[in-house]
Amino acid sequence: MLSRFIRRAPENFLNREQIQAVRAGRRGFLAGAVAAAASAMAADRSMAQGVQDDPAIMNLPPHSKGLGQPVAARPYGLPSEWEANLQRRQSPGLTRVPQSSVSFAPLQGLFGIITPSGLHFERHHQGWWDVDPSKHRLMVNGSDERMLKRPMVFGMDDLMRLPSVSRMYFIECGANTGMEWGNVAVPTVQYTHGMLSCSEFTGVPLRTLLEMCGADFKRAKFVLAEGADGSGMTRTIPMSMVLDGQVLVAWGQNGEMLRPENGYPLRLVVPGVQGVSWVKYLRRIELGDMPYATKDESIHYVDLLPDGTHRQYTSIQEVKSVITSPSGGQVLLDRGFHTVTGLAWSGRGKIRRVDVSVDGGRNWKAARLEGPVLSKCLTRFNSDFVWDGKPAFFQSRAIDETGQIQPSYGELRKVRASRSIYHNNAIQSWALMENGEVSNVQLS
Amino acid sequence: MSSCLKLTLACGAALLMGGALAAGPADKFPQVGRSATGAEVRAWDIDVRPDFKGLPKGQGSVRQGEVVWEAQCASCHGSFGESSDIFTPITGGTSAEDIRTGRVDSLLPGANQPQRTTLMKLATLSTLWDYINRAMPWNAPKSLSADEVYAVTAYILHLGNIVPAEFTLSDANVRETQARLPNRQGMSTAHALWPGPELGGQARPDVQGSACVRDCKKEVVVKSFLPDYARNAHGQLAEQSRLVGASRGADTSRPPVESLMPKPVSALDQREKAAPEKIASKAPASTAGAAAVMPLLQKNACIACHGMDSRIVGPSFREIAGKYKGRTDAVNYLSGKIKAGGQGVWGAIPMPPQALSEAESGRLAQWLVKDF
Repeated sequence: MLSRFIRRAPENFLNREQIQAVRAGRRGFLAGAVAAAASAMAADRSMAQGVQDDPAIMNLPPHSKGLGQPVAARPYGLPSEWEANLQRRQSPGLTRVPQSSVSFAPLQGLFGIITPSGLHFERHHQGWWDVDPSKHRLMVNGSDERMLKRPMVFGMDDLMRLPSVSRMYFIECGANTGMEWGNVAVPTVQYTHGMLSCSEFTGVPLRTLLEMCGADFKRAKFVLAEGADGSGMTRTIPMSMVLDGQVLVAWGQNGEMLRPENGYPLRLVVPGVQGVSWVKYLRRIELGDMPYATKDESIHYVDLLPDGTHRQYTSIQEVKSVITSPSGGQVLLDRGFHTVTGLAWSGRGKIRRVDVSVDGGRNWKAARLEGPVLSKCLTRFNSDFVWDGKPAFFQSRAIDETGQIQPSYGELRKVRASRSIYHNNAIQSWALMENGEVSNVQLS
Repeated sequence: MSSCLKLTLACGAALLMGGALAAGPADKFPQVGRSATGAEVRAWDIDVRPDFKGLPKGQGSVRQGEVVWEAQCASCHGSFGESSDIFTPITGGTSAEDIRTGRVDSLLPGANQPQRTTLMKLATLSTLWDYINRAMPWNAPKSLSADEVYAVTAYILHLGNIVPAEFTLSDANVRETQARLPNRQGMSTAHALWPGPELGGQARPDVQGSACVRDCKKEVVVKSFLPDYARNAHGQLAEQSRLVGASRGADTSRPPVESLMPKPVSALDQREKAAPEKIASKAPASTAGAAAVMPLLQKNACIACHGMDSRIVGPSFREIAGKYKGRTDAVNYLSGKIKAGGQGVWGAIPMPPQALSEAESGRLAQWLVKDF
């Protein structure tokens, strides 16, 4: 099966070391290659015979010999222009209308656990707006007059006076990895897992606002959150999460205000729950005694099971992980040492352990969890890998603090088949081929 | 003097403490927020629940709905709710038997139903009414009257053979209509994906992986991989990865063998490759023109209905240009048509009027006439 898609390099083709030597211009390539092959000192390239001096060292570049840019040349800083390849992108053919679409975060190039705000994934249901914050209002009311003592209105001036908290959480679209339920469909981790981001959010616990309104928490069992955009996005929010202070009415993201694409000036933060519930441009909160069966919890974001029923109000993003490098669409530059790095997360709490396999799941090794390891937040993991030039199959498997273990595709489909669209948390596999190219595969 | 001051301070402190002790949560943050007026709550509290709480009084007939539908809905959703290839179909896939049982048979595996339609999934009539009321039509949400929403809802139900052609939906008969929805018994909350006990779901998650560490399987078989034709379907991956580090993006403009090695890493070469404007400048002139107006085309959702070279709901831009570019008043004519909309020139599906400025519609008309 493997040989079906791994093609060997043609005869007389330069081997990868030789090409690299030419490319890097760092040594007389044949002499260097021969020396490297012959000598035990090959591992230390600086000592290999025939190494030419590196022009990047020998010829001083302009930035070492001239005057650079002044301060505040760009009052709002921008990434280096060398980083222009890392952009959020649409998946061609996934949607036809850009106002009701998705752009994916370039996970293949991100470090640590925080998503730069400009690369945060986007999902809009009826286009995004840059809302004037001085005219934005949040109303809190009840489905009947006894749900709370008084309905209230808050402006941004009011909300931002209240005691705020700042917390780091991941946000993942319920449909993340949805294209892969049945088979491999997209090439890179940006498209398989890029409806995932993680930020530090700043806001006031929703519970505080409900208390200010004199909410009757005995009767109010559900919260409706409603957006001010054209879609008037509405979702039913679990009261248990509001009561324990997890749900935030947030205006801050990574130290600045929310970006317009992420709901400026106000959005709901519902940790561990799928992104559609984090209502953007939040304009209204209603307390009620039954769930609301809104469009995005009846027609969409419902999970079709093999018996023909749809699961409704599926909210939690279950334990999941993915290797972001090496990952699909990348080409490793060389054999030898590599770091296998990736992200793990669980909507049920903290990540306890991540295992990495390089042989398609036959054997597993615990990865290093890089701190901080926070509840309902991305966790970065790393694992060492020395590539000998042979094919490898990378997988990662996360286990959360509740003991939930990320399932294989076989384990997931056995229960939910493959028509759910939403909540695909299966183990991702990447195949590394002899030519260095990595591609998206699903394994037995 | 000093004792008087002390007394004042002490009194003040006592008052403050007394105030704090008496305060409930509602008084903890004085002067923050205010009471909403009744009119304000009525203006924004538009949601309709499954028990129809929030549903305004009113009525609308299937025939009235058809009129609204053809004018404001059909351009995206098709005359019969079958929808263009952009939007999910609203109707189809339900039967008289489903109306009897409340379960949609075509949701079962192997039912040979290409797409799940709205009516196949709809379990609560309130959902349809509420969503049309709050979010439709797509480019002018919240513009329909309550009676129009009743009428459009009735028309959709009629397209699904749930109500007859002479039916009028109203607040008085929504419950008996609800009882005819094909998938009214099709929803389940028996799962562990809702945080909290409110829905009476299950405590135990339904899927659990394995923590096996050694010799977990005998062989590894590749069950699914990206077909060769899809290699470049997401664009040139070499331009979607960082230019330094342990790897490069694969050159997907060529088959895998030729991309044995990534492109030269020389910074200047890569810089040229990475600069999007340079790539655009190599493109043919007409594509560059399209790129210039693309933000306008996207903002106004023109490309939802018109392809560059293919018909979607309306004619392709190339067809439009071909038909009119010979006219001396082509720019003025097209600019006016873009703003006013129309029906009949290219078929029965109307193009709704578009909210562009004169300058914007003029730019698009110019582009149509000059660039094709």
